Amino acid sequence: MVPINYYIILSAILFTIGVTGVLIRRNALIIFMSIELMLNAANLAMVAFSSVLKSFSGQIFVFFVIAVAAAEVAVGLALIVEIFKSKRSIDVDQMSSLKG
Amino acid sequence: MTLDLILFLFLSLIAIASAFGMLLSRNAVYSALFLVLNFVTVAVFYLLLGAPFIAMAQVTVYAGAIMVLFLFVIMLLGADELPKAQVLPWQKPLAIALAVILAVEATFLLVTKARPAGDVLQPETVINSMDNLREMGMSLFSTYLLPFEVTSILLLVAMVGAIVLTKKEKGAQK
Repeated sequence: MVPINYYIILSAILFTIGVTGVLIRRNALIIFMSIELMLNAANLAMVAFSSVLKSFSGQIFVFFVIAVAAAEVAVGLALIVEIFKSKRSIDVDQMSSLKG
Repeated sequence: MTLDLILFLFLSLIAIASAFGMLLSRNAVYSALFLVLNFVTVAVFYLLLGAPFIAMAQVTVYAGAIMVLFLFVIMLLGADELPKAQVLPWQKPLAIALAVILAVEATFLLVTKARPAGDVLQPETVINSMDNLREMGMSLFSTYLLPFEVTSILLLVAMVGAIVLTKKEKGAQK
């Protein structure tokens, strides 16, 4: 029997690693992967809650989150490919064309 | 220490270590593979929590489809390693300090305020995976019918968007 707190702590740690990845990495693909890690951490917390509450709603939300993540990855990777085609780099520091 | 708890600690060690591996490896291909390991570990957590359908969806959609897409793009662009160029030298320590504060704060608030009382499912109360599937299907097509349909439109829009973004325009220069 695992206390729910352990799952929450694990979820918070994974989410924080994702946030750190978004903040310190320069590679757009790694930033994208960190976002996926954050979504996953939130999913883990939701499934743990649904298990404690003996309700299916948490699992259904996770199902929708997975569907939205798939859509997001398809569009996001297409954008990254386009950026790479025009700039020859996926370093986010290079993406400053709008800066005056 | 019960067997359940030992299993949980072992798996969470793998999950955190693979997340750090994703964060720290210089090569983007290694990062993607570490993330696949993390997703599979989280799928095992879902099985432990009595959500077999979500676990299988996690393995097929995340570890299968999404990460294969990532690996395709990494190898297509050939941009797996970036030169080290630190623009703001104070950014990394500040980010790590703020992230630690965020972790402590989120853990504290979730543990003390916003949690349902009780422990997670005991392993003795086995969840029948067909029952889980049936229950989820029933509520997806009754209570959550509208979000389900909206999700299908979202997936269609994403598909059209990805095709339009990557296809060459007619009449554009080569």
